[in-house]
Amino acid sequence: MSRNGPLALAYHALFVVFMLTPILVVCWVAFTPEGFLSFPVRHWSLRWFYAIGRYPEFVSAFWRSLGLGALSSALAVAVSVPAALAIARHQFAGREAMTTLFMSPLMIPHVVLGIAFLRFFTEIGLGGTFAGLVLSHIVIVLPFALRLTLASAVGLDSRIEHAAVSLGASEATVLKRITLPLVLPGLVSGWALAFINSFDEVTMTVFIAAPGTETLPVRMFLYIQDNIDPLVTSVSACVIAITVAALIALDRAYGLERLLVGKGSHGR
Amino acid sequence: MKSTPYLLALPALLLFAAIVIVPLGMTVVLTFHDWGQYKGIEPVFILKNWREVFSDSYYAEMFERTFRIALLVTLFSAVFGAPEAYILSRMRSPWRGIFLLVILGPLLISVVARTLGWALLFGGSEGLVNKALMELGLIDTPLPFMFTETGMVVALVHVLMPYMVLSVWAALQRLDPQVENAAIALGAGPFTVMRRIVLPQAMPGILSGAVIVFALAASAFATPAIIGGRRLKVASTLAYDEFLNTLNWPLGAVVAVLLLVALVIIVVGANRLVERRYGQVFR
Repeated sequence: MSRNGPLALAYHALFVVFMLTPILVVCWVAFTPEGFLSFPVRHWSLRWFYAIGRYPEFVSAFWRSLGLGALSSALAVAVSVPAALAIARHQFAGREAMTTLFMSPLMIPHVVLGIAFLRFFTEIGLGGTFAGLVLSHIVIVLPFALRLTLASAVGLDSRIEHAAVSLGASEATVLKRITLPLVLPGLVSGWALAFINSFDEVTMTVFIAAPGTETLPVRMFLYIQDNIDPLVTSVSACVIAITVAALIALDRAYGLERLLVGKGSHGR
Repeated sequence: MKSTPYLLALPALLLFAAIVIVPLGMTVVLTFHDWGQYKGIEPVFILKNWREVFSDSYYAEMFERTFRIALLVTLFSAVFGAPEAYILSRMRSPWRGIFLLVILGPLLISVVARTLGWALLFGGSEGLVNKALMELGLIDTPLPFMFTETGMVVALVHVLMPYMVLSVWAALQRLDPQVENAAIALGAGPFTVMRRIVLPQAMPGILSGAVIVFALAASAFATPAIIGGRRLKVASTLAYDEFLNTLNWPLGAVVAVLLLVALVIIVVGANRLVERRYGQVFR
């Protein structure tokens, strides 16, 4: 195989520095003892990490984001599975239009969805409620859930189900014992991708969250609009640490390279 | 049964009819309503808001800025992201997996945190970026990054770069290294291999990545809001202001609907172009 030359590796090094610097800077500034955002940091202190404890809105927003992501992703997957089976298995009028509709939240700017939801939820009395957040997040993460469940539903061999039916299995048994276990990997990765997108969503949520139903990214965004102290950097550092820990755990459990690179790639 | 697929898709269809189509329809209707500081929203049918947006050059400038920034972000992420994807695809395991994770990992970190990092790096004439650029002798006087389009473009390129790398990476996965080797064996120089073998195969990835990055850059909110501050507005931050500060919802709805229509036209058009040119690659 051809190797990367020194020039390519130098470019690669610069690229990695570009990608990582802003994230490392946030983590670094989190350790400042000063009362303002300053860089570079000359002394170290955990002052702003202790400060998170005195500002419970961040902690409750974190738990709310976790719950919202888990719930809306699970509901999105639950709605996606039958829809994916319909699209993958059947030819029917409006199939293309339906797929486009379900994928549309990817193309509609989140600011437009935020505006539309704000008006709609205010009208029907769900304005600023957690139920409204869940409904809106189901819609925006559904394309991710559907895409992965669709991929595994397309790959499903219907002859296995026919075999089960001919051996006397009822429709419910086929669904429970054959169909669902076969699409399960797609469901799990669809849920995970949906969760990540729900957890990071800020643009749409900033419109419909009220004080009391704010998610973590929204709370962080609103905080830096009004304050310029290092509290958001320490909150960010904690979230980054949790993300890295989750990735390491995932790597131990499944092997991230296998997940990212895929088994089918050339054995270079 | 003929009705089976409809029954299967019914939950999703009902959800989308109620939570996507109805609210979007209401937003379009909202653009025709009247609004006043004291009377609030009046449900009448007038063209006042549309006329205001089309006659006031402030909005034309703002939309121009939005799409100029999106275009620059797309260009830079393609020019810098595509070579990196190629370098990544030539790496050996385990480095390939590690660096793919390093470059895609930022997607998992809140865009607010990533943009805050750039705000810290830019921070005035004392900012680290300016110090580094001056020390390298690239500039003499500090460049303004905060509250400027330059700063927005740099931060957005960083935020959206993973999508470009991922897209080109996926296209290059189909590239058989033997074709490159064959070209070299037949006497092609590295430049010819790049131009005639690698680039044509990476192109569908670059183009589909460009469509994604453009759409996300034109509708980006948190990054322009933090870097641009209260003065330098793009379409989404202006719509946010009209909705949550000025409370002129009908006017904000016009801006949002225009952004949506412009993006749909551009993205659908670009997709058509890509499919016509590279249709065979996607099949």
